[in-house]
Amino acid sequence: MTTSEAPPVAVPTVPSAEPIRLIDAEGRRTADPAVRAGFDLPGPDTLEALLRAMVVGRRFDGQAGALAKQGRLAVYPSSRGQEACQVGGVLALAENDWLFPTYRDCVSLVARGVDPVEVLTLLRGDWHCGYDPKAYRCAPQCTPLATNASHAVGLTYAARRKGADTAALVLMGDGATSEGDAHEAYNFAAVWNTPVVFLIQNNQWAISVPLHKQSAAPTLAHKAVGYGMRGYLVDGNDAAAVHAVVAHALAEARSGGGPALIEARTYRVEPHTNSDDPKRYRDDAEVERWRRRDPLARLEALLRSEGLLDDARMAGFQDEADRLAASVRERLSRPPRRTADDLFAHVYAEPTAALRRQRAAVREAAEHAERTGGPDGGR
Amino acid sequence: MARTTLGQALNRALRDALAADPDVVVYGEDVGPLGGVFRVTDGLSAEFGEDRCFDSPLAESGITGTAVGMAMYGRRPVIEMQFDAFAYPAFQQVVSHVAKMRNRTRGRLELPLVIRIPYGGGIGAVEHHGDSSEAYYAHTPGLRVVTPATAADGYSMLREAVESPDPVVFLEPKRRYWAAEDVELPARTEPMDRAVVRREGSDLTIIAYGPTVDTALLAAEAAAGEGRSAEVVDLRSLSPFDDETVAASVRRTGRAVVVHEAPGFAGFGAEVAARVTEQCFHYLEAPVMRVCGLDIPYPPPHLEEFHLPGVDRILSAVDRLQWESSWVPGTAPVGAPEQRSEVNA
Repeated sequence: MTTSEAPPVAVPTVPSAEPIRLIDAEGRRTADPAVRAGFDLPGPDTLEALLRAMVVGRRFDGQAGALAKQGRLAVYPSSRGQEACQVGGVLALAENDWLFPTYRDCVSLVARGVDPVEVLTLLRGDWHCGYDPKAYRCAPQCTPLATNASHAVGLTYAARRKGADTAALVLMGDGATSEGDAHEAYNFAAVWNTPVVFLIQNNQWAISVPLHKQSAAPTLAHKAVGYGMRGYLVDGNDAAAVHAVVAHALAEARSGGGPALIEARTYRVEPHTNSDDPKRYRDDAEVERWRRRDPLARLEALLRSEGLLDDARMAGFQDEADRLAASVRERLSRPPRRTADDLFAHVYAEPTAALRRQRAAVREAAEHAERTGGPDGGR
Repeated sequence: MARTTLGQALNRALRDALAADPDVVVYGEDVGPLGGVFRVTDGLSAEFGEDRCFDSPLAESGITGTAVGMAMYGRRPVIEMQFDAFAYPAFQQVVSHVAKMRNRTRGRLELPLVIRIPYGGGIGAVEHHGDSSEAYYAHTPGLRVVTPATAADGYSMLREAVESPDPVVFLEPKRRYWAAEDVELPARTEPMDRAVVRREGSDLTIIAYGPTVDTALLAAEAAAGEGRSAEVVDLRSLSPFDDETVAASVRRTGRAVVVHEAPGFAGFGAEVAARVTEQCFHYLEAPVMRVCGLDIPYPPPHLEEFHLPGVDRILSAVDRLQWESSWVPGTAPVGAPEQRSEVNA
């Protein structure tokens, strides 16, 4: 028998009103210790790795957007402007940690090392998830918002019970925090004390709905308090700050300190997808203000002013990015390899009798079409 | 042979599954020290510890979503939805993730998990405690949907569900939890994706599953008294569907009645009737009849007797199977009872 009384729980710190920032908008080290909130600028190697991954990620993102405009992808939701969140978060992960991305997080997957063509399988329409989740420890990109957050909780719970120190990073948007599944995942994570870090990329817009129609909370980071989690508000266009705070939260979570919720304040400078028309709901002036807060320019300026980056090094990053984009273009110009048989292969561990019959019928129709030169059999 | 109830058989199946495989975990609402509101998990947390059988927060989507994550890491979660209608918050997890993960990832991630759901009415419970939700799940490719009708099947099918590489929605007919039979456990019955003939007959086939199998057997007994020999097929698995066993029976008897508690409109019986018609058309002496729950929200307990298919309604449908048929297409069958407008008998 147990009792309903639990040991007293320390009330988590209320997130700061000002986002944690280590590099200011002009690319200088943040002077105010209150704004740094006890976090230190990552070392030169980490800063350089962040910039390199952001340069590559942005080039990939631009290439994918162009392919969507050409009709070679079914759709592409851009990560542009959010590279600091996605790269900063992912580079804080350890090898055995898991990433739980959404459809807007292609850049995070490229930063994790997933083959960029496999990242685009979903959006090209070849299959749903193109990469091996276990090989990269990246869950499939999630489209029903917030529904993958509880998967991260369950996975890390299972890992802890097996003695592994695996943590997980869940990427969510501001809109997703309104979903009931977000609430359930935050609550399960906190009650079970699982090592999960929820990184909310607050890009201000859920397609056409602004944040003030989404939440009345002082900040999204404040939501952490009600669940008994640590909450952090961070400048989402400062890769150094995102990396430092996520790395800290992951380390705390791994050592039993519980999950954390981080709001990274950023902006979706591109339309929701290539089929969206943002002129119907927001001002160009707002977009322009945020374009000037470019996370890449900010980190590049800091590295240059501190003598940690020169033109040759930067050109090297650009070359790497261009090679990746060229490879994506070239590989995506090849036709997809899937056949109708693939439809039946993985519904169950073994196709059922009914699926075997349907597969035979589809095969027969396809063979007939091939013989007669069209799906209608020349009729 | 010991008298064993369905509830006890399910409990024994979970105990044996926990003992057999250290990756099996059992959790949900009140399944820990309480043993579940129907006591199906009675004693498991005491025997195996709170790491293996435990209470979760009260949130069905969270329970299901965390089970997805655990299965991704190689565990075999067996989760309990406390009642049929309380499982609806988990619907998105079930249809968008549980059912699709293997397919989305081309077999790289499989989710060997079991979702146990007590379902159906007949226990005098108030609203939201008596739904028959099987059609929602059976309509979703990627799920196995099974429902035992006997204690022996309860044990055997639950063990098989836990061992299955596919996710299984395991529907437990809650009004049969206390029905006892002589059975020696552990028992292994027919594979869980096969239908079985519970009673042999030659004049008609009554097709039932879960809570209505016993009703169908009582109806067959009564029909025998009226000189009609009814075969009773227990489907056991709603998805995948055992066409072979069902069609073989109907081809022999030439007449079929499908019985379930769920509303008939767009219910599972419609699928059964369509499949039987497609596969047995030239053997049929009469249209396939459905005896189902009424097309109403589940009624309050004082009125559920009107809703639940009973022996009389099954016999009434049997009477309408055109026994004196010299039927010509486009005409009323000679000697047939007056045509009634409602679909359900």
